[in-house]
Amino acid sequence: MLRKCLAIAALGLALAGGPALAAGSQKEPRTVAWSFNGPFGKFDRAQLQRGFKVYREVCAACHSMGLMSFRNLGQKGGPFYDPKYPNPNDNPYVKTIAKDFETSEIDQETGDIVKRPATPADRFPNPYPNEAAARAGNGGALPPDFSTLSKARMGGPDYIYSLLSGYSTPPAGLEVPSGQYYNPYMLGDVSAFWKGEGHAPPGGFIAMPPQLAAGKVTFDDDTKSTIDQQARDVAAFMTWASEPKMEERKAFGVGAMIYLLILAGLLYVSYKRIWRNVAH
Amino acid sequence: MSGHSNYIPKTGFERWLDTRLPIARLAYDSLVDFPTPKNLNYWYTFGGILALCLGIQLVTGIVLAMHYVPHVDHAFASVERIMRDVNYGWLIRYMHSNGASMFFIAVYAHMFRGLYYGSYKAPRELLWILGCVIYLLMMATAFMGYVLPWGQMSFHGAVVITNLFGALPLIGQSITTWLWGGFAVDNATLNRFFSLHYLMPFMIAGVVILHVWALHVTGNNNPTGVHVQSKADTVPFHPYYTVKDGFAIALFMLMFAAFVFFTPNALGHPDNYIPANPLVTPAHIVPEWYFLPFYAILRAVPDKLMGVLLMFGAIAVLFILPWLDTSRVRSLRYRPTTRMYFFIFVVACLVLGFCGGRLPDDYVIPGLKTFQLLDADLNSMVWLSRFATAYYFAYFLIILPVMGLTENPLSQPKSISEPVLSHSAALPVGAAASPEKRG
Repeated sequence: MLRKCLAIAALGLALAGGPALAAGSQKEPRTVAWSFNGPFGKFDRAQLQRGFKVYREVCAACHSMGLMSFRNLGQKGGPFYDPKYPNPNDNPYVKTIAKDFETSEIDQETGDIVKRPATPADRFPNPYPNEAAARAGNGGALPPDFSTLSKARMGGPDYIYSLLSGYSTPPAGLEVPSGQYYNPYMLGDVSAFWKGEGHAPPGGFIAMPPQLAAGKVTFDDDTKSTIDQQARDVAAFMTWASEPKMEERKAFGVGAMIYLLILAGLLYVSYKRIWRNVAH
Repeated sequence: MSGHSNYIPKTGFERWLDTRLPIARLAYDSLVDFPTPKNLNYWYTFGGILALCLGIQLVTGIVLAMHYVPHVDHAFASVERIMRDVNYGWLIRYMHSNGASMFFIAVYAHMFRGLYYGSYKAPRELLWILGCVIYLLMMATAFMGYVLPWGQMSFHGAVVITNLFGALPLIGQSITTWLWGGFAVDNATLNRFFSLHYLMPFMIAGVVILHVWALHVTGNNNPTGVHVQSKADTVPFHPYYTVKDGFAIALFMLMFAAFVFFTPNALGHPDNYIPANPLVTPAHIVPEWYFLPFYAILRAVPDKLMGVLLMFGAIAVLFILPWLDTSRVRSLRYRPTTRMYFFIFVVACLVLGFCGGRLPDDYVIPGLKTFQLLDADLNSMVWLSRFATAYYFAYFLIILPVMGLTENPLSQPKSISEPVLSHSAALPVGAAASPEKRG
């Protein structure tokens, strides 16, 4: 029995040790008790709506979201889902949002590129025509696409929230290069720019200046618009955008686990019954 | 597939079929009536679990291939599209990506079990070697599959691994160019990886048939390592092991489902959700967890060619294992000293996996600087991997050959039934006969 326990523990250790990587010098992200944590977690619909507003009014000026269409906002589990409109393309709220954006298409008569209001079937338009333009507009740095960002960063939503709300004045002795900003949660190494005493401070430089400010976005549900709240909400929205089927997945998973538990129980009873006369 | 068959065709059609193509007889002899030692423990259920893993990977993979686009411009987005717009695409894709990890968990348990109970020893050498071939094919398949989503780790992992062949003298560069289908990892590489990733599982399935065939010629090994001597030592595969394997499969599926539904990206690397960009190299390139021990062996050697040879040698040594172990006793149950070395070997493998996921210069014990020996810091991951690598090879090349000649094994039971019958709760031998026919 002890050997079995050891073996199982060893297997667990092998798994736990797997994807881990060397910890950098940046600060550990602050953990948030997200509504979507855990096997029964669900997105907070109001939070997703607020997060979308932050994205739309602040982030979308530079950050694309190439895998998202407006219809996604109204699909099941999305921020503006309405059970009256099972086809999100019919959702009037989504239609109105889409109409406020312009998208380009080829005029079939002339071949010219013309602008038209977007429809729910259209993708979120990219703020820049190409990567070079995006870099030129941001001091050489490329604002990352948001479609999968929440699962493309170690720490996920905690990291995004911490980074956005975690800008701090650089400690005395740190020479911040021009066009860069110090953030203790940013991956990187600032030791080459450290002229102070002792260890260099944690974190790295980021090309994005602090974007959020108290009251910058007015929330329609009267939630107090603090930096912390905006960062939280947009991180939740980005997590939904990265995993729009998370709620469906978890609900399916609970059912699957119950099914498998019952199956395992029945098989165990059958096993005991079939083997009861065999000495082994 | 060999020996006596108890199959009795019951219907006219079965009789007709049996004289033309005895496929029902084959299935009956190998899956129903097959005499199996009655003392197999849960470590022996991983064979059945692996068959299920292969089945899951094949089915989900074939469906994924219906939606996936093997092109550098579309691969990443097509995988995301599967998870967003294809009905239950998230389920299919997450089952496939986590299924690879589950496959390796099961195969490692299966291999360690074979090592512990001496299942590679005569007359099961070919059975073991066929298993090693499957393992090798699995590694190639998993590696190429990981490249297909064309994320940052996919791309840079492919660059690192294919470049390993460049370490070979004279022909290395030509081989690498040939593998790439060009002068860099690019669209041609992705296309051929997709083609081979689709082909190899069927090669695995073919070798699995040979593996099961070889198993059914020699019969199962068992925890005592003692040959089956009479019918009293065995039970028919069905229902005894179908139900026991079934129970183990259900438990395994519970773990599988927990990953797929609740933490589907825990075993992967976040960087692989960044689309591949040849101009930006990730800070740390790490393979999937199941390759980490070999990655640690590769990095333990300062010379690239030696590292590559050692890494492949770590797998090659498994192929000659049946002739390296000189002991006549199969099961480590009766070889207490070797058993101790075996457990150290398991720890060495885990340590290698741990080191593979860290940077070579990372401290093992943070902040401790007293293990400086000349210019080497023994308190570093690279030195820990060196010690573990040395032990890995020493276990196969020194410990097993020498222990077989010098060790005094404990006395083995005369038959499988003997240790069972000396048990206080033992029943008469006849009690085992066909309880499936009772109520």
